[in-house]
Amino acid sequence: MSQKSQISLGRLLLEARAFLALIVIIAVFSWLSPNYFTVSNFLVMASHVAIYGILAVGMLLVILTGGIDLSVGSVLAFCGVMAGAMMQGIELGAQVFYLPVWGVVVLTLAIGGLIGAVNGILVAFFRVPAFVATLGVMYVARGLGLLQTNGLTYNNLAGKAELGNTGFDWLGFNRIEGVPISVIVLVILAVIFAVTLARSAFGRWLYATGGNARAADLSGVPVNFVLLAVYTLSGVLAAVAGLVLSSQLTSAGPTAGSTYELTAIAAVVVGGAALSGGRGTVQGTMLGAFVIGFLADGLVIVGVSPYWQTVFTGAVIVLAVLLNSLGNGPARGR
Amino acid sequence: MNDIPKPRPSGEVVLAARNVAKTYGAVNALKGVNFDIHRGQVTTLFGENGAGKSTLMKILSGVIQPTSGEILLDGAPIIFDNATHARARGISIIHQELSLAPNLSVRDNIFMGREIRTPLGVDFATETAQARALMQELEQDIDPATPVGALRLGQQQIVEIARALSVDSRILIMDEPTSALSASEVEVLFKVIRDLTAKGVSIVYISHHLEEALQITHHAVVLRDGTMTAYAPRAEIDLNWIVRNMVGENYDLGAPPVVTFGPTALTVESLTLPGAGFNLVDNLSLTVAQGEIVCIYGLMGAGRTELLETIAGRLTPSKGRILLQGREMGGLSIAERIAAGLALVPEDRQRDGLVQTMSVGQNLSLASILNFTRGLFTSTRAEAAIIDSSIRQVTVKTSGPGAPIGSLSGGNQQKVVIGKMLATGPRVLLLDEPSRGIDIGAKAEVFRLLAEGARQGLAVVYSTSEVGECLSIAHRIIVMRKGRIVAEFGPETTKEEIMAASGEAKAA
Repeated sequence: MSQKSQISLGRLLLEARAFLALIVIIAVFSWLSPNYFTVSNFLVMASHVAIYGILAVGMLLVILTGGIDLSVGSVLAFCGVMAGAMMQGIELGAQVFYLPVWGVVVLTLAIGGLIGAVNGILVAFFRVPAFVATLGVMYVARGLGLLQTNGLTYNNLAGKAELGNTGFDWLGFNRIEGVPISVIVLVILAVIFAVTLARSAFGRWLYATGGNARAADLSGVPVNFVLLAVYTLSGVLAAVAGLVLSSQLTSAGPTAGSTYELTAIAAVVVGGAALSGGRGTVQGTMLGAFVIGFLADGLVIVGVSPYWQTVFTGAVIVLAVLLNSLGNGPARGR
Repeated sequence: MNDIPKPRPSGEVVLAARNVAKTYGAVNALKGVNFDIHRGQVTTLFGENGAGKSTLMKILSGVIQPTSGEILLDGAPIIFDNATHARARGISIIHQELSLAPNLSVRDNIFMGREIRTPLGVDFATETAQARALMQELEQDIDPATPVGALRLGQQQIVEIARALSVDSRILIMDEPTSALSASEVEVLFKVIRDLTAKGVSIVYISHHLEEALQITHHAVVLRDGTMTAYAPRAEIDLNWIVRNMVGENYDLGAPPVVTFGPTALTVESLTLPGAGFNLVDNLSLTVAQGEIVCIYGLMGAGRTELLETIAGRLTPSKGRILLQGREMGGLSIAERIAAGLALVPEDRQRDGLVQTMSVGQNLSLASILNFTRGLFTSTRAEAAIIDSSIRQVTVKTSGPGAPIGSLSGGNQQKVVIGKMLATGPRVLLLDEPSRGIDIGAKAEVFRLLAEGARQGLAVVYSTSEVGECLSIAHRIIVMRKGRIVAEFGPETTKEEIMAASGEAKAA
């Protein structure tokens, strides 16, 4: 342990920086508002963070390979809308089928994965720059969502007992031992991907692809498969976020989640990952998501104007990355 | 070292390097070099790849700064902040790699960064006229409005030369200016060089074509491993003198290990890799036995890298078969070939060999990671064991498996790349220029490692552009030229024979 701790000291300090920011944010807002430092408020804030956090995990996977996924906000909305549509019943000819909620969930995740796979195929096999490919898919998914509902929002997601499709609101409203389901989902996903990145061959392939794709390729890493997989996973995670969001709102609108991709990128970057790929952890990304989420909610609670909220969030992002690059620079020895 | 000859005074020295050294991390590219440039004369710098020629020229032209030592311009010490500063003092360089913008026209490239300006903008008419005059001087029929990207490589080189001529330099440094030129274009260039020296311009010339360089040079300087090994005026030297000083005779890279060859490990049958207009690998056949070490020698562009990368599965051949122990490799991915026992150590370890964001240990285990994956997860203990034995096997000098890969010297980085591929348990190991950019000590260790592998039945194929390295551990030396095998030698051949076969220099 002694030799290991010495090695990871630098990384620890780097992650500690985001951690420090989180503590400062919590301390400042607890001092400003008596309502901030309460378990119930933390749980509410955590359920808000869950949406961004889930997106950020997918974004991290993509950014680790040196790419970027701008489509997640639109995919979130499209998947939410598709779930909403399926809850209204699927018309086949004269008949209307009602799927049980678990069926809706599985199909929605598949749709998210499919859109993600399109990104992955464009990037891995057609060599389209990730920024461009996912920008295009971002517009397409947003447009498809609007087409599906004609610009309207599905409000009736509760389902009917006699049709056997109730329970869609479970994801967004229920709690286990007082903890919102969405937070539990985030924790489970974060743990799964943290372990995958740290301990599986796939995780190592991801870091190697982002660090040096040519060297990874010559070392026998299936680079194209890795790229396809991360974009697909990012799509699936966007679908999870879409389900959680529409469940929280008990409505699914095609304009939901716009600019969420930017918040997810911000969380990843604040969490210490390098946009050039190869560096970053799920732990850091989670810290980043909580820093951004707790700051935004804190500003709302203290009653700061929403315009100022935007300014503060932006400043924190730049500040965090500035600190990271200061810490990263000399240590990398370039 | 006191046996290194000092430059002798002859004519007026305009630019001089005194005890100039340059280190990149742990790599010593130059170790204290003295170098003189005489007014109106041509000084040619000879040396193998990695000897430090280009580094020295970049220092003299202000592109990079020396780690220690000083530069004297007309006898006074000077520090060049950058290439623009050096150019303002009359020093221009024609780089080995062309530094032209292919999207811009010939005229715009020639005047890039120092456009002729009027209050109304750039004076294109004057620029065009001057560019045309330069092209006439170089006897080239090139319209100044042609985009550089539309020109042949040789013509692009002419444009590069024209750009250097257009600034009226006192000192002109030419790093391999003829590598893409035809014989007639070389004649023109030499005529221009003679005109320039007659006008008092000093030329520094670097070339791999030794005979060609001897035609025009007044002085010869030989670099080897970052040190100046010899200096003499033209009248006192010949081709043999250069070759002798270039390759050196006093280092031992081992001898071919005594091995009983096993069955055929690698068979390559009429392999062809098409390139632009010609075949990079042309109908090439080769067999290598288990335990055999084969060296592939050739000049730049001979097709060595392409051959090895095609065998490894990076490039797809248009024709031919690759068999590993009789098993067809065609159509298999790189990963599948590695699993079958065919591994490549690439030429450019920074670009193709290492993942800079990962530690020494993670780099070592990258290719063999599936060997210690149990179920879904990697076994930390099994990985640590593999990394540990790899570090010991290839004798990497590192503070530990967690150290950043960038903290290692070039030689140790190279050993990591080799160790990474050895950890996959290959039957055939291909190495593209395994000695590039590493010092003699590390070279010897790398070759010892390969000899040891061969003793245990590993088939080794390595390429090199340093002829001295062919005559070390290889049982068989193959000379490639234009994608074909043009000669095959046993270990008892001579450097001169190998170089003659490659087209580099005919034995004098």
